[in-house]
Amino acid sequence: MMASNYNAKEEDGHQPAAIGHGGAGTVKNKKPDNTAFKQQRLPAWQPILTAGTVLPAFFVIGLIFIPIGIGLFVTSNNIKELEIDYTGGDMSSPCYNCSQSYSWNSTKPCTCSVPFSLDQPFESNVFMYYGLSNFYQNHRRYVKSRDDSQLNGDKASLKSPSKECEPYRTSDEKPIAPCGAIANSLFNDTLELYYIDPNGSRTAIPLVKKGIAWWTDKHVKFRNPGGNDNLTVVFQGTSKPVNWRKSVYELDPSDPDNNGFINEDFIVWMRTAALPTFRKLYRIIHKKPNMTPTLPLGQYILEVTYNYPVRSFEGRKRMILSTISWMGGKNPFLGIAYITVGSVCFFLGIVLLIIHHKYGNRNHSADIPS
Amino acid sequence: MQSSVGHEWLEILSLGLGVMYSLERPVQGQSSCPKDRLGRKRRTVVSSLTEDEELTEILKSYCSNKVTTTKYSFLSFIPKNLFEQLHRFANIYFIFLAALNFVPVVNAFQPEISIIPILLVLAVTAVKDLWEDYRKHKSDKFINGLVCEIYSRKRQMYVDQRWQDVHVGDFVRLSCNEIIPADMLLLYSSDPHGVCYIETANLDGETNLKQRQVVRDLPRQGSELTPENFHSRIECENPNNDLSRFRGFMEYPSKARVGLHNNNLLLRSCTIRNTETVIGIVVYAGHETKAMKNNNGPRYKRSKLERRLNVDVLWSVVLLVIMCLTAAIGHGLWLRNLKDNSFLIPDTTSPALSGFYLFWTMIIVLQVLIPISLYVSIEIVKLCQIFFIQNDVDFYNEYMDSRIQCRALNITEDLGQIQYVFSDKTGTLTENKMVFRRCTIAGVEYPHEENARRLEVYKEDEALGCSHTLKSRASAKSLSCKSLSCNRSSVSLHTLTGHSEGEESPSPTLPQHSAFSSPMEKDIVPDPFLVQKLNCLSSPLFLLRDASMELTYIVDFFMALAICNTVVVSSPNQPRHVVPEVSRTPLKSLEDIKMLFQRFGLPRFSTLSPPHTTESPRSFTQHGSWKGPPSEPGADELIYEAESPDEAALVHAARAYRCTLQGRSLERLLVELPGMGSLAVRLLHILPFDSTRKRMSVVVRHPLTNQVVVYTKGADSVIMDLAESPKGAEQSDGRQGHIREQTQKHLDNYAREGLRTLCIAKKVQTSTEYEIWLKRHAFAETSIENREELLLESAQRLETNLTLLGATGIEDRLQEEVPETIEALQRAGVKVWVLTGDKQETAINIACACKLLRTTDQLLTSSSSCLVSLQEACKALLLELRAEVERGEAAEGTSGFTLVVDGRTLDFALQEDLKGDFLELSRRCRAVVCCRSTPLQKSHVVQLVRDQLRVMTLAIGDGANDVSMIQVADVGIGISGQEGMQAVMSSDFAISRFKHLRKLLLVHGHWCYTRLANMILYFFYKNVMYVNLLFWYQFFCGFSGSVMTNSWVLIFFNLLFTSAPPLLYGILDKDVSADTLIKLPELYKSGQNSKAYLPSTFWLTMLDALYQSLVCFFIPYFAYAGSDADMLSFGSPINASALLIILLHQVIESRTLTWLHVLVLVGSALFYFSFTLVFSVVCVTCSPPTNPLGVDKLQMSQPLFYGVCALTTVLALLPRFLFHALRNSISPSDTLKAALMDQLNPDNYCRRMQHWNQTQAQSKARGLIINVEDLDIKIPDFILPKELKECRAATGSVLS
Repeated sequence: MMASNYNAKEEDGHQPAAIGHGGAGTVKNKKPDNTAFKQQRLPAWQPILTAGTVLPAFFVIGLIFIPIGIGLFVTSNNIKELEIDYTGGDMSSPCYNCSQSYSWNSTKPCTCSVPFSLDQPFESNVFMYYGLSNFYQNHRRYVKSRDDSQLNGDKASLKSPSKECEPYRTSDEKPIAPCGAIANSLFNDTLELYYIDPNGSRTAIPLVKKGIAWWTDKHVKFRNPGGNDNLTVVFQGTSKPVNWRKSVYELDPSDPDNNGFINEDFIVWMRTAALPTFRKLYRIIHKKPNMTPTLPLGQYILEVTYNYPVRSFEGRKRMILSTISWMGGKNPFLGIAYITVGSVCFFLGIVLLIIHHKYGNRNHSADIPS
Repeated sequence: MQSSVGHEWLEILSLGLGVMYSLERPVQGQSSCPKDRLGRKRRTVVSSLTEDEELTEILKSYCSNKVTTTKYSFLSFIPKNLFEQLHRFANIYFIFLAALNFVPVVNAFQPEISIIPILLVLAVTAVKDLWEDYRKHKSDKFINGLVCEIYSRKRQMYVDQRWQDVHVGDFVRLSCNEIIPADMLLLYSSDPHGVCYIETANLDGETNLKQRQVVRDLPRQGSELTPENFHSRIECENPNNDLSRFRGFMEYPSKARVGLHNNNLLLRSCTIRNTETVIGIVVYAGHETKAMKNNNGPRYKRSKLERRLNVDVLWSVVLLVIMCLTAAIGHGLWLRNLKDNSFLIPDTTSPALSGFYLFWTMIIVLQVLIPISLYVSIEIVKLCQIFFIQNDVDFYNEYMDSRIQCRALNITEDLGQIQYVFSDKTGTLTENKMVFRRCTIAGVEYPHEENARRLEVYKEDEALGCSHTLKSRASAKSLSCKSLSCNRSSVSLHTLTGHSEGEESPSPTLPQHSAFSSPMEKDIVPDPFLVQKLNCLSSPLFLLRDASMELTYIVDFFMALAICNTVVVSSPNQPRHVVPEVSRTPLKSLEDIKMLFQRFGLPRFSTLSPPHTTESPRSFTQHGSWKGPPSEPGADELIYEAESPDEAALVHAARAYRCTLQGRSLERLLVELPGMGSLAVRLLHILPFDSTRKRMSVVVRHPLTNQVVVYTKGADSVIMDLAESPKGAEQSDGRQGHIREQTQKHLDNYAREGLRTLCIAKKVQTSTEYEIWLKRHAFAETSIENREELLLESAQRLETNLTLLGATGIEDRLQEEVPETIEALQRAGVKVWVLTGDKQETAINIACACKLLRTTDQLLTSSSSCLVSLQEACKALLLELRAEVERGEAAEGTSGFTLVVDGRTLDFALQEDLKGDFLELSRRCRAVVCCRSTPLQKSHVVQLVRDQLRVMTLAIGDGANDVSMIQVADVGIGISGQEGMQAVMSSDFAISRFKHLRKLLLVHGHWCYTRLANMILYFFYKNVMYVNLLFWYQFFCGFSGSVMTNSWVLIFFNLLFTSAPPLLYGILDKDVSADTLIKLPELYKSGQNSKAYLPSTFWLTMLDALYQSLVCFFIPYFAYAGSDADMLSFGSPINASALLIILLHQVIESRTLTWLHVLVLVGSALFYFSFTLVFSVVCVTCSPPTNPLGVDKLQMSQPLFYGVCALTTVLALLPRFLFHALRNSISPSDTLKAALMDQLNPDNYCRRMQHWNQTQAQSKARGLIINVEDLDIKIPDFILPKELKECRAATGSVLS
């Protein structure tokens, strides 16, 4: 059916009969070239979609999509995920008190501990996220409110940040570093995880804070002005963001490779989330070298230093523990969608088969019912 | 080859780009002429040598001859070009958007990005303008620098001056083959009779020579005109663009006035031919010349599809406003519900105001929804379509070496939607190669049977090809005037030089339009009987009085044929054939011969004796009074160049009877009469042909009788009326009456045979009558205001009481493939109307011959004289017809009825109260023939049908009388034929044969329409689909106007990544092959009914776009919901799958995919992916705030990305894919069936084709069987055809 339409019948008949004149002196210079392109006779593939021609496509799609879907679904199901909401909206919630006493600049940290238990052990690397809901990190004005050259270590921008940062551009007539609303609203809760041994003792679970940012962000996009030597001097004359408790060069004093603009928590925060409900990578719990699971089943306690106010915008805070697979985090949607589409295609293929048998023959024998 | 292609492209491109933006009338260039300060109605011109200060001042106030068609100077280019571009709506829109982006509260992207589109558009246009202007500048410079001879007062002689230094009032001397630099009044010609010839090919494309004459009564000054002695004053009208009119007078120092005519005026850019030297005084120069005033750019029309498109663009605007309003309101509400946003979103404005700001932000974000780029794309596509039409080898005319000319560049798709075709008859359906067939003189018919037989032979010859004869003629022509290599069809001097500069200056090709005298038209075999009668003139035999009376008729008849015309005579050897100053005195006057006849009274039968007949031709030559048979080649060959082929045919006919026109000058004609040698005839006046009088006359002093004689030649109806005045009837004691009766009978016969008839009459004026008439005529000639009316009146005064001499029948053969073309058009559902000025019988016959009428058809002939009866008749017939239709015997809308209306009836029918009925009636008829219609009526008919029925009309014609009709119709087609180029100049497309119409409409029209319609729909789809993705995102970002895409990618998505494929789709897509389209004209109907682009299709497409955007947004949404994806990572798969969907959607919609398609589609996809990849690797801080660094690189390394893309693409395209498959299987359209047929092998193809045609024919026949006896209409004004069989018989005669 999908045949090349370049056949003899088109070639013929287009040659105007050469008329037997002497030809002397008569230059036919206006005659168009008889080329396939100019005469619109380029060999072409003519896809005509009929039940007959599209049948295989439907079956093929069905046959490909259903296994993929099953694969995705199984993969997604194998991912272990645990989500703990510690917003503290309820009276019963352990963080209720902290959530009520809201202040950006309270000096006394409020802590609360949330107990939880794992029903299954988490094998392999476990990723620890914090999640925020109803937080519009994708708001146009919010997204714009940053200065990329400042973050890239440009000294001029450090001294006079971009206008986009307004109103978080200067404070006390000193430029803010890092400027802008995104940096200003940096997530500043501290999460710690403890395993409760059956005997009741708490074991701190080692949380790795390096490697959570993209390599390109960490090494190319974010740079401290003047390299990594003595950030205190470099950031002299700048002011910390209004909501911050400490300056940017104090984010991780222990590790100069994770301090200042190249602090990974900061970098992760600066990559604005696409949707108002999002999670951001917080820590990684590496797999143990021996055969024991990374997180064995049992009781745990999540220690939260509750700093970040979300009540004002009716947001929620979560802590998520998850393993990941080749296709990312736990999300059964894609697998189900693949299976559904595949099945629909397969079903439609059958419908088309029937239609093809009913109408296809008619089309082949004669077009016109007489 | 490659370079020539490139050249063509550039040319088309430059033309088209000019149109693209120039909605306003093309700018003529800055006019350097000072405005006529005095604001007078006339202009006064005196010699520039005058010493009068005041007059010199007046002369200075006129335009100089320097032409500047450029728009810009070096300095003014940038400001002026910008200013002009800012006048265009599209640019205003772009700039408005760009400006909006600079307002901080509403800006959506960085300002730099938003000015990219406008900069791109402005830059492209500016470069194009610059290039065009530079070309104009070059050609201006060339033209202004041309040299001509101007009289210089200082040096008392003619000196070389550049054209730009020519001023009004200057005396210019020109030699043969020079181009005229400005409009000037002819004051002197080296020709002894003050005649000069010009070729107006540069002006109107006509290559036949036109005669111009020196201002009358100009005192002759020895050898040449001395400018110093020229003190006359010229008053003429202000500059205008009417090429065929020039009014004014010249006042001599003696205060005597002489009228100035168009034929005293030498027009700029024409060429002097056949005259050694001419001198003229410049009256209009530079931009005020008629040539420049006529120099408008290409035509601009809006096509139906574009009008439809504009409606949908408005819908897009509505959609845009709705979307922006939604977002604005949503944003306001969202802000209000947000309790404390101070630390998140630094915004302190009130929700309502933010909502208002957001409205404008959203307009910037969603700007793509208004497909401004669509207009540019459409122009580009149309240019390419025109390129293909122009390059169609089927439109190439071998004989004329001409292709189709597309003069209007933007109505190609209208060709695919034509519902009514209005065709001229002569020259359009027929060859307009007039061949003298037979004549009747003094009531005696001369059937010229030999001649008829000869024509048959020629027809067969022509089928084999007879270009050799044409060639010989070509060489003759090139000998006579060594023509400059000039473009024959160019409008202006600019194009002229543009071409002669270029490489492709045509070598002297075949003369196109003056080849009236192919041997078929020249060699006329005389009727033996008539020859015999004529022989008596020179033979010493004697005739009876009765016979001699007939002889005078015959001589006068041929005399009239020879001189009553405007034919210009030339021969290869001798450039000019003018009358020698001293003409030979006639050997003997006709009266002498008459007297001789009377003295010797011999019996009448001796003339009719058979032996004499056989001997007669030889006896002529022996007598030596003949110069030899006219067919003899050699030195004596005369070339007649006539304005209309009828004239040439008649002159050739006269020549066949040895009544030869040998030369012409202003005041004299040299005619050779049998037995009398060359006679000089004093030409007193020519009253030229016009369409109101329908006749022309010459007033001469008869060489034999010395009387003032008026010879009139014209349409039979007119002449018959003029000849039947009561006074004439009394005088000619029944003889005239008899002649009239007989002639009328013969005329009817001629018409039935499909011959064109012309009546010849004469009138002898007494000298007193003539004197009286002359006075008033002179007054009419010199008046400036309403001269036309006065001249008309004057002519009518003269042309009365005519004596009918006889009539001629001229055959005009049908062009090849006309019946097939008309049949195909009718099968395609196009109604064909024939509008002709010919007689009813002739028209019906031609209509039969070209299968417009079938033998089964019923003719409704309407010719009435009074309004009331027609109204009643019309209504009655209408009722009858309706009843017929209701009886179900006729197919829907069309029936087997054909309406034949004559001009007079048409006049009534076009009146306000009747036109509804007339339309209703004609709508129900299958074909309509309007005969005896004037040019104005033709255009009225077209206008009526176009406006009242709201249908697409096409008018096709070849002559000046079709111009108004061509201009009124939606699509005007000119046939570049025998009658000059006026029709071509006013047309949208110019073809050389009627048969080309078939492929033009059925194939190219169909293609252009479907391609463009599909492309437009696709454009809408593409924009809506893509823009909606951004819109959906607003629901998840607080309606804040955020986009999940990098703004560069966003801007380039439409501009670069997805712009090429739709263009290619619009240019190359081919739903059905050309062959099948030609064979199955029914396929054309899909375009007529606008099947490809109905409002429902539009909304369906919109719905599909909406669905696809939903899928394309929400599958990634659910796949990434709750994850740690950032904005750009989320946008990346959405963008990628949108691109895939958009491209694959096109693959589904395309009916053909060539390697070009594959190249462009794959190229577009690769371009997108490589661009984003490179961008994500390279751009560190280049695009704040949405920093793409690493995003796409990371995304494209993740399997999830591909999983999402694949699923999205498949799910989005599924419904359309399924819809196509189901529709094509369950109820395939005709077009699709044909496309399926295309894929069969040749054998099956033929079988199916036959099958199709049979079924079509059957279904047609069912609708067409109408019981003729049943429908005996009892209205006197609508007579049923006498004999339908007769019609068929006549068909044979015309065709054979």
